[in-house]
Amino acid sequence: MKASLILSGGALYEGRSLGAEGTTTGEVVFNTAMTGYQEILTDPSYHFQLIAMTYPQIGNYGVNRKDFESKRIYAGGFIIREYSPIVSHWQADQSLDAYLKYYGIVGISDIDTRALTRHLRDHGAQMGMITTTNEPFDTLLERLRSGEKLVGRDIVKDVTTDRYYDWPLSGESDGNGKSSFRVAVYDYGVKFSILRTLHDYGCRIRVFPGHAPPEEVLEWNPDGIILSNGPGDPEPVEYAVKSVRNLLGKKPIFGICLGHQILGLALGGQTTKLKFGHHGANHPVKHRRTGAVEITSQNHGFIIDIDSLAKSEVEITHINLNDGTLEGIRHKSLRAFSVQYHPEASPGPHDSRYLFEQFIEDMKQFDA
Amino acid sequence: MPKRKDIKRILVIGSGPIVIGQACEFDYSGSQACKALREEGFIVILINSNPATIMTDPEFSDRTYIEPLRADVIAKIIEDERPDALLPTLGGQTSLNLAVELAESGILEEYGVELIGAKLETIRLAENRNLFRDAMWEIGLKVPAGGCVNSLEAAEALRDEIGFPLIIRPSFTLGGIGGSVVFNREEFSRATQWGLSASPVTEILIEESVLGWKEYELEVMRDAADNFVVVCSIENFDPMGIHTGDSITVAPSQTLTDVEFQAMRDAAKKIMAKVGVETGGANIQFALNPENGKMVVIEMNPRVSRSSALASKATGFPIAKIAAKLAAGYYLHEIPNDITRKTPACFEPAIDYVVVKIPRWDFEKFPGNDVRLSSQMKSVGEAMGIGRTFKEALNKTLRSLENGWSGFHANGNDSVSQMSDEVLLDDLRWGTPDRILKIWQALTSGISPEEISKITRIDVWFLKNLQQLVEFETHIAEEFKQRRTLTPETLRSAKRLGFSDKHIAWLTGKLENEIRSLRKENGILPSFKIVDTCAAEFESFTTYYYSTYDQENESIPSNRKKVIILGGGPNRIGQGIEFDYCCVHGILALKDLGIEAIMINCNPETVSTDYDVADKLYFEPLTYEDVLDVIELEKPDGVIIQFGGQTPLRLALDLERAGVPIWGTSPDSIDLAEDRDRFGALLDSLDIPHPQYGTATSIEDALEIGQRIGFPLVVRPSYVLGGRAMEIVYDLKSLEHYMQHAVSASEEHPVLLDRFLEDAFEFDVDAISDAERTEICGVMQHIEEAGVHSGDSMAVLPPFLLSLDQYEDIKEYTRLLAEALNVKGLINIQFAIMYDTLNVIEVNPRASRTVPFVSKATGTPIAKIAAEVMCGKRLDQIGYTFKDQLPYVAVKESVFPFDRFEKADIYLRPEMRSTGEVMGIATTFGEAVFKAFQATGITIPKSGTIFVSVNDNDKARMFPIAESLYKLGYKLVATRGTADYIAGRGIPVETVLKVSEGRPDVVDYIKNDNIDLIIKTPLGQRSRKDESPIGWTAIKHRVPFITTLSAAEAIVRGLKAQRNKPFEYQCLQEYYKSH
Repeated sequence: MKASLILSGGALYEGRSLGAEGTTTGEVVFNTAMTGYQEILTDPSYHFQLIAMTYPQIGNYGVNRKDFESKRIYAGGFIIREYSPIVSHWQADQSLDAYLKYYGIVGISDIDTRALTRHLRDHGAQMGMITTTNEPFDTLLERLRSGEKLVGRDIVKDVTTDRYYDWPLSGESDGNGKSSFRVAVYDYGVKFSILRTLHDYGCRIRVFPGHAPPEEVLEWNPDGIILSNGPGDPEPVEYAVKSVRNLLGKKPIFGICLGHQILGLALGGQTTKLKFGHHGANHPVKHRRTGAVEITSQNHGFIIDIDSLAKSEVEITHINLNDGTLEGIRHKSLRAFSVQYHPEASPGPHDSRYLFEQFIEDMKQFDA
Repeated sequence: MPKRKDIKRILVIGSGPIVIGQACEFDYSGSQACKALREEGFIVILINSNPATIMTDPEFSDRTYIEPLRADVIAKIIEDERPDALLPTLGGQTSLNLAVELAESGILEEYGVELIGAKLETIRLAENRNLFRDAMWEIGLKVPAGGCVNSLEAAEALRDEIGFPLIIRPSFTLGGIGGSVVFNREEFSRATQWGLSASPVTEILIEESVLGWKEYELEVMRDAADNFVVVCSIENFDPMGIHTGDSITVAPSQTLTDVEFQAMRDAAKKIMAKVGVETGGANIQFALNPENGKMVVIEMNPRVSRSSALASKATGFPIAKIAAKLAAGYYLHEIPNDITRKTPACFEPAIDYVVVKIPRWDFEKFPGNDVRLSSQMKSVGEAMGIGRTFKEALNKTLRSLENGWSGFHANGNDSVSQMSDEVLLDDLRWGTPDRILKIWQALTSGISPEEISKITRIDVWFLKNLQQLVEFETHIAEEFKQRRTLTPETLRSAKRLGFSDKHIAWLTGKLENEIRSLRKENGILPSFKIVDTCAAEFESFTTYYYSTYDQENESIPSNRKKVIILGGGPNRIGQGIEFDYCCVHGILALKDLGIEAIMINCNPETVSTDYDVADKLYFEPLTYEDVLDVIELEKPDGVIIQFGGQTPLRLALDLERAGVPIWGTSPDSIDLAEDRDRFGALLDSLDIPHPQYGTATSIEDALEIGQRIGFPLVVRPSYVLGGRAMEIVYDLKSLEHYMQHAVSASEEHPVLLDRFLEDAFEFDVDAISDAERTEICGVMQHIEEAGVHSGDSMAVLPPFLLSLDQYEDIKEYTRLLAEALNVKGLINIQFAIMYDTLNVIEVNPRASRTVPFVSKATGTPIAKIAAEVMCGKRLDQIGYTFKDQLPYVAVKESVFPFDRFEKADIYLRPEMRSTGEVMGIATTFGEAVFKAFQATGITIPKSGTIFVSVNDNDKARMFPIAESLYKLGYKLVATRGTADYIAGRGIPVETVLKVSEGRPDVVDYIKNDNIDLIIKTPLGQRSRKDESPIGWTAIKHRVPFITTLSAAEAIVRGLKAQRNKPFEYQCLQEYYKSH
């Protein structure tokens, strides 16, 4: 079956339907990771986004029961060059197509994803629509243009948990009994890998809704607080910024991705939108103090404006070597730090795991 | 850290001659490194014995030594040059081993030379299999069960502990030489003994077999600050058990989840830190159990490798260049990524296409040998293809191989199509050069991918992709049957799957050009995409393209004057690095003239496919279709076909017919020279003597010609490369046998018969003509008599046996031929002098294999000059004069892959079998020839026992050699006839039994290390088979084996020269100053 991808700028790409039939809209972004489509699809940060994979062959190893980052697919749609109906992997449980269909995710294959990437690179990320309907192009474009946008909207509320829960979930392995620290996680769209990693480090974890008041979190008496990743524009998530401001100094804080942006806003910074964002698993980030370079997993469309923190109590700890954007901050006196990228990886390199150790160290020091 | 200031002079060791397992990829990495180091202002001192390399061009280093790659030679050069550092990681295993030897012998310490790129400890840890295994356990990584042993007894103990099947791998060897997979005790003891003798340190690794596991490689880099990146992952189509150099490989990995890939990356990072590769690239090999994902580490190379050349071409990330800069002190993030310019080299390339590499073998040249692939590499070259999918890339690579395949299809391969399912399935168990075709045959016969996977252990993902191709073949054929044409949709789908026009033509019974027209009528044209390291995330500034069938074309032709050079394709015997050398020079000449130079080639090992050599690079198969697609897009002013060897010549006439402007000598002239009848008529008309000849299209024809012109005869099929199937026959009976068994003559494929000028002296001449003036660039004399292929023979420049009159004749004939053929550019002529008559044997109006040797020997870039001539410059304008006299002598010697082919006949023949060449250069012939021998790896002992055995005809000529050797202090041993002859003339000699005369025989002597050098000429056609045990035993025991008296005479002269005075080592820059 035919499908088409329409960009709000008016570009049209025709391909074949993948996954569910129907229509979906969202911001079109490209991701350059060559492995890890299952993790990407289930990452809540991709809520309301249509993901174009630059690697052209997708689906080779199917979908398994382990490598998911949430309980369902959050991506709004999926765009690829070639779908592999052939699945070959000892862990594979089903095909990608079946998986997309199960969650009703509309996708498109057989389009020139490199041409699309170059278009987005030159013209910037834009809203797009994947559809299998035969409605006239103009009608569809008009509907796309008048539809909801990503900027200025709180979409964290769509993906956060309704009520708190403890990790591990039943079914997730619980082989680690040496829990020493209690970590509260603000769920703005948390990836399970963050929870898994904390768990590996022996933490007891409770996940709170993104809108949970600070008192509720403090009442559980955590040793530290994680501000999780999540989708969309950080600015409209004012309640989160407010909570974090309240919690600063009371407990060690570690922010990741959207959590980093929220910490930045709480510390007086400002956020801006990148032209086409960073989505991939190969971004070099330099640690300013040690000079070491980590290859990082990234997925963000917004950044903290580096100059907006110039006069604050914030140290710029990490810089992106590709474009010089801000990648990490630490408060000069309070125990709060954050990174724009994903130390939990999944998908991507594990170079930045040390940040979790740093957080644990903060919790230790804070007690002392 | 910025560039090191404490280092000024850096010594770089190259990899020497092209051999199996170490080919021109090290010229690519070495020249990139030399360039990078000089850019940084270092003084580069280079040692490499291979004159056919770009890296040994005098512009690439400050001091260029073409000298034998031996520790004693390098020590002498270190003494003279006083380098501050030695960079050993860019010249393959050869360079690494030499560095270890120099370090361990204390030379480096004595002269204060620092090892950069890899420290001694690092090399030891990576190369010593026991140390490496222990290190892996220490960092929590698994390796297959096993260990290293130094004796048969220890090996047996370990065997009993682990159980069969076992892998046996010698330490410190190249390309898996001496390695085997063994299934029983008999194979085990044989393989163990071989392995122990193949290892320079008499050590083998015995390991649990992980046969059939999935095989992966990671190409990684690390700097002194522990920054680490994975440049590329490679997944082998052929599972564990087949040497990775002999495997079809795919990049990036296709069937790994991110979890698995990151586990591999984590392991690689730990290994790099543990082994301590601080400044450079490395390659790490893993095996993965497809049943449960269990991963084991197989090995690592702490240096740039064949795979890193592939990874560089596959990603656009210049590993060797970056490795050189890291060794010079930089950190990864301080080096810019050339391609994006804005981003640093410290990142991991994201690729948005699939790359497939397929090796190319030359088993036909070594008949009787087992064509099954194993842990010992046997391929001589490779082709790479880039596509947007595995299927497309595979099809493109298959048609790049130039072995008659036009894609995934066993068209006309009778041996495969006639196999029954049972035979096929049994045969598929073994990797063979044509296994991919057998898979096609199996799929076509309805055998399921699952079943094939069970037998081959090839991942079913690959096989099902192949099945899709087979299914689409059926679709094409059926649609054509119904409609008598193809719908644009089907045609487009076929192209997107990588089907060639030729393949579609075959399926539909149409002509290739008809499919091409149909395709163009429907607007189905390839789009060209950029290889940019970043999947289009950043704007890129490189012009490295591949074709695919997708929406957007990124290659925008310029309005400049431009010329396309067609490359040489995959290396094989007879078509090697020499032609890439010529192509690169062509590119450089064009660029100097301000003409846009566009390269098309598909060989990932080459310098010509480095992304910054040409102005534009198209990494494409060298087929009519793919080349014409580029030409139609670029609309070049000219296409140069005379640099790439046989590959572009095959296309010349068709391209000309398609209206393509061919620059230089016309394809018709080239054809004329190849066509024996046309060429003979030309020679007759010019009154130039030549051997009598005939062209046979049947056995009867051949016998008639044989009777007419007499014997001996050189016989060969027409239009062949490197004298393929070329033989000398001495009588009607052997001619008949040859016609029946070696060739199938027909109208389209006639067999050529030439009178063989026995005992003639042969000369090779390279010349340049601008169609008005012809200048000789170099005259080389073959040291062996006629009958040895020019590519295999030893050659000396200037010639030592050429009278002034003969030289004038050579000049005159060359001029006449160049004029008659209207040569614009290079011409190569082979002459033979017999009874004082100068005969012309062969003419090739194009770049020859000897062009780089002549260029190096004379210091004149003749390929470059030829390119200028082709661009319309006249020789007068270029101001080039031929140097008649050289105050020194250069000798070219060939190297052979006999150590990999147990049943190879080691005597030289009209059929070329050498893989590479070396050059010896010195002020005297004796010294030059001795250096050339040394450079091939032959160690002539200073004293010891020499075994001599020659046929009756050779005895008289042999005697002075034996006498000289005796006087030089060697002990002589000979078989009865030879011994009697020598002893009868008063020289002491011990008699030894021949094989079959009783024990102990000569083979026992060799096995017991009682012989240090063998001089043995063939006993004639018939008895050659009995001689092979001696040859093979000598190879296994690494005893030098000299097969011609000319070579033996040369050695004697060399030994005498060495006694007279110690050898001197001078760089080319100094030699060139002397004339």
